[in-house]
Amino acid sequence: MKPSDVRVILNKYEEDRGGLISILEDIQAKYSYLPHDALKIVSEETGRSLVDIYGVATFYKAFSLSPRGKHLISVCMGTACHVRGAPQIAEEFERQLGIQSGGTTTDREFTLETVNCLGACALGPIVVVDGHYFSKVSTTKVKQILKNAKDRLDKISIEKDRRIFPVEVSCVRCNHSLMDPNFLVDGCPSIKVIVSFENKHGWLLLSSLYGSYKVSSEFDIPTNTIINFFCPHCNAELSSATACTACGAPMVPMIVKGGGMVQICSRHGCRSHMLDLNGINF
Amino acid sequence: MINLTINGLDVSVEEGSTLLEAAQYLGFPIPTLCHMEGLSPYGACRLCVVEIGEGEKSKLVSSCTYPAEEGLKVRTASARVVRARKMIIELLLASCPQSKTIQDLASKLEVRQQRFRQEHEDCILCGLCVRMCEEQMMAKAIGFRGRGEKRSIGTPFDIKSDVCRFCGGCIYVCPACQLRCTYNEPEKAICGGCANLSPPCVEIDRFNDMMCYMDPCVACEIEKD
Repeated sequence: MKPSDVRVILNKYEEDRGGLISILEDIQAKYSYLPHDALKIVSEETGRSLVDIYGVATFYKAFSLSPRGKHLISVCMGTACHVRGAPQIAEEFERQLGIQSGGTTTDREFTLETVNCLGACALGPIVVVDGHYFSKVSTTKVKQILKNAKDRLDKISIEKDRRIFPVEVSCVRCNHSLMDPNFLVDGCPSIKVIVSFENKHGWLLLSSLYGSYKVSSEFDIPTNTIINFFCPHCNAELSSATACTACGAPMVPMIVKGGGMVQICSRHGCRSHMLDLNGINF
Repeated sequence: MINLTINGLDVSVEEGSTLLEAAQYLGFPIPTLCHMEGLSPYGACRLCVVEIGEGEKSKLVSSCTYPAEEGLKVRTASARVVRARKMIIELLLASCPQSKTIQDLASKLEVRQQRFRQEHEDCILCGLCVRMCEEQMMAKAIGFRGRGEKRSIGTPFDIKSDVCRFCGGCIYVCPACQLRCTYNEPEKAICGGCANLSPPCVEIDRFNDMMCYMDPCVACEIEKD
């Protein structure tokens, strides 16, 4: 951990030093946990006492004070998943990884945790690995899930991998479908939006497969540009107050058919996205 | 001045005072545990509950945090209040049966038997030590950590705090904490107050039996069988 990196994060919040949780979230996004020294620097720079910061860091389950693995496995232990055998699935993960729930493997590959409900009870038992959902999991599938998680998402084949599935989306403002059946990306109808950046204005077709990052666009969009997204039907800007957890750029919301929201990062090249079904944030 | 009724008596108290202050000023006894003059009110122990309002709308509030209001009708010892207090102290006694302070309060409230399983916790999370450290000692060395059943009091990362001056204030105010004095692990100890005061028992190996709230200090002389 470099103190200068933490100071860079702190400088971002120069004007609003009250945003302690945002600061801690950024540090956690960078190091995957909250290092001891980082909290000390936050304490020194913001003038808050270390006790208060430590109290906040231990209060929220989202923060971890010990290093986490590259892959986060969350096993749903909600009532519906529980009666369908989630405890056995958690046990199977514990046995295969050789760690207890809440622990991290010694090679820092996996962190296992149980969560209380993911809100997708009909699909239970649910296991989430790095933000990708596995439904109706059984103990026999655990091994495959672990193997899938180890392979990087870029390398997998879209047809076979269960972590990738198509979503149908519509505009958050006019609720008009954004799907364009005339243009196929990844073999599925694409999502058509209008984008603008650097005085350029044109269309952009996104892959409708959740987990795929393929796009086709009128212009070449340089990496790291933050793009403004607009609905091609009502011309309203697709914007939300949420910031990307990875890079801080604004997130672009779209309504998922069947209930829920999907948010993608507006920075070209950033791969952060969020799926929020029926209002429950995953 | 604010006019209100306490136990049927029309009284007027200074603006900004709490119900507890008003009642104590007028001589109505209200038992307290997490309240201490000089520290900000916290409302953690709920022992100081009083009943406000009338009829169906009456409710229990903690008097140490409730400000006196114009026309408020307060009862400090109604049957409901006494019942609630008895239950609270019984539960506190079950979680910390070794605490002299809680034992005394329980006997004062005429709790004669314990219905709940004893837990022998070493902390009731009243927050007295945290407020003492912050407000009187200006140190902020200890604070609350975690939440729910994992909530505890201690220094960040469970290591000796840089701002702790070993004043011992936290142990002085604690109603329950003889077990938290971990002199045999000074690096993890909250204050090391007993190390400062060097009680006679530090020469003896069995620090686990040390109960430094006792006066005179004899606990360490008692052999454990």
